[in-house]
Amino acid sequence: MVKSKIKLQTKKLNVWYGNMHVVKDFTLKIPEKKITAVIGPSGCGKSTFLRSLNRMVELVPGARVSGEILLDGENIYDKDVDETEIRLRIGMVFQKPNPFPKSMYENVAYGLKVRGITEEKKLRLLVEESLKKVGLWEEVRDRLNRSALELSGGQQQRLCIARALAVKPEVILMDEPCSSLDPIATAKIEDLLFELKKDYTIVIVTHNLQQAARVSDYTAFMYAGKLIEHGRTEEIFERPKDKITQDYITGRFG
Amino acid sequence: MKLGTRKKLSEQLEDLKSKTMEMGALASTAVEKAVESLVKRNVRLAKKVIKEDDKIDDLEFEIENNCMHVIALQQPVAKDLRTIGTCLKIITDLERVGDRAVDIANITIEMAGRAPVKPLVDIPRMAELAVGMLRDSMRAFKEGNSSLAFELGKRDDEVDRLAHQVTRELFSYLVEDPKKISDAVRLMLVASFLERIADHATNIGERVIYMEKGEMVRIN
Ligand SMILES: Nc1ncnc2c1ncn2[C@@H]1O[C@H](COP(=O)(O)OP(=O)(O)OP(=O)(O)O)[C@@H](O)[C@H]1O
Ligand SMILES: [Mg+2]
Repeated sequence: MVKSKIKLQTKKLNVWYGNMHVVKDFTLKIPEKKITAVIGPSGCGKSTFLRSLNRMVELVPGARVSGEILLDGENIYDKDVDETEIRLRIGMVFQKPNPFPKSMYENVAYGLKVRGITEEKKLRLLVEESLKKVGLWEEVRDRLNRSALELSGGQQQRLCIARALAVKPEVILMDEPCSSLDPIATAKIEDLLFELKKDYTIVIVTHNLQQAARVSDYTAFMYAGKLIEHGRTEEIFERPKDKITQDYITGRFG
Repeated sequence: MKLGTRKKLSEQLEDLKSKTMEMGALASTAVEKAVESLVKRNVRLAKKVIKEDDKIDDLEFEIENNCMHVIALQQPVAKDLRTIGTCLKIITDLERVGDRAVDIANITIEMAGRAPVKPLVDIPRMAELAVGMLRDSMRAFKEGNSSLAFELGKRDDEVDRLAHQVTRELFSYLVEDPKKISDAVRLMLVASFLERIADHATNIGERVIYMEKGEMVRIN
């Protein structure tokens, strides 16, 4: 079904919090430079699944993971893999914009510094490039040294995306990136997604089914920790095969 | 999983379907009456068919409008969306069926007062088959019955065969008696209109299969 090159792939992925089994035997292929949307009812494990893709779930005390996650064919849970490196290659954007309480410039430069880039001129250039990519440069170029918290919610979210982009990740995970944004800011982020997928592989969790339908190439429907159905987005929204998928996307879920 | 949420959307879809059924019933009756007017040479009935076509046209607009509202306000997907898409396609077919009934009624009026070319046997037979197909295509739509829809393909072949036969027969009249040319040609047109009506019924059947299964298929 998926014809492009596979960037990221999970094989029989399971995640537990303590003895609560949250992600169950999840096997999914995520094609390169495409947008894959993950949809499903609240609490079904979408965020947990997303966080397991860059090993962030390990930061939760009591969390346990089994199965494989292959990034370009290499298991990111192998013992000799450095998780910080993984998180640089697989970036994440969260539901609520979470800029650091620092200047706009520092927010975007942060990851670059972690990567060992210290030369001021180079940093400036990369910060500018990232801010241009998210369409924020013109809005903030004159006040880069002011606090990121001064920005509006939509601007903050774009700043966070710029921060994720700055380190040139290969994959970007987005957990409901538009849920606190108005339709205009949402439209900007959606336009941005189309731009970004030229260079990046994107996985987006969203409760907004219309958004999933608008932006994604592939859609995965998750229910109670399991992958119920996965396919081209138009297939899922025009003729889902599974009854549960049909009930969920048509909003007839009791 | 309980159903029952999205009550409003479900009601709107039911309403669309019942209006489409109403349009189907009007179109079927129009064809039936138009052919009756032709056979009985009843100009009054023909005029009535022509007048009542307005109702079919009005319903087409009304249903199309309602479909647009539901799409804009409810953002339907999957089977809900396919049902609306199917209504939109079906009403175009039904509107054309109505127009063909008007064409036949006009022929009744044009041929009035002249001696008949021949007794009409195959044309009423064709009409019966075509109207039967149309009614069944609408029943298949109402019930979501794709096997009934599928059979329409075969029944359409029979109508095509009859149309061919009628045309051949009229052709011989046409050659025999030049005075009968214009009315023989008119009857050939009636046969081709009835053939078209059966094609519309077949199209409706294809849409019903799409609505039910999500697959676009040709059934003849
Ligand atoms: N840190 C945690 N510790 C323990 N349990 C957790 C933790 N985070 C999530 N859970 C539980 O795991 C399950 C899945 O949660 P998760 O956040 O992955 O769901 P979700 O699909 O993202 O839901 P939503 O759409 O509401 O964001 C839930 O039952 C939740 O209570
Ligand atoms: Mg979540």
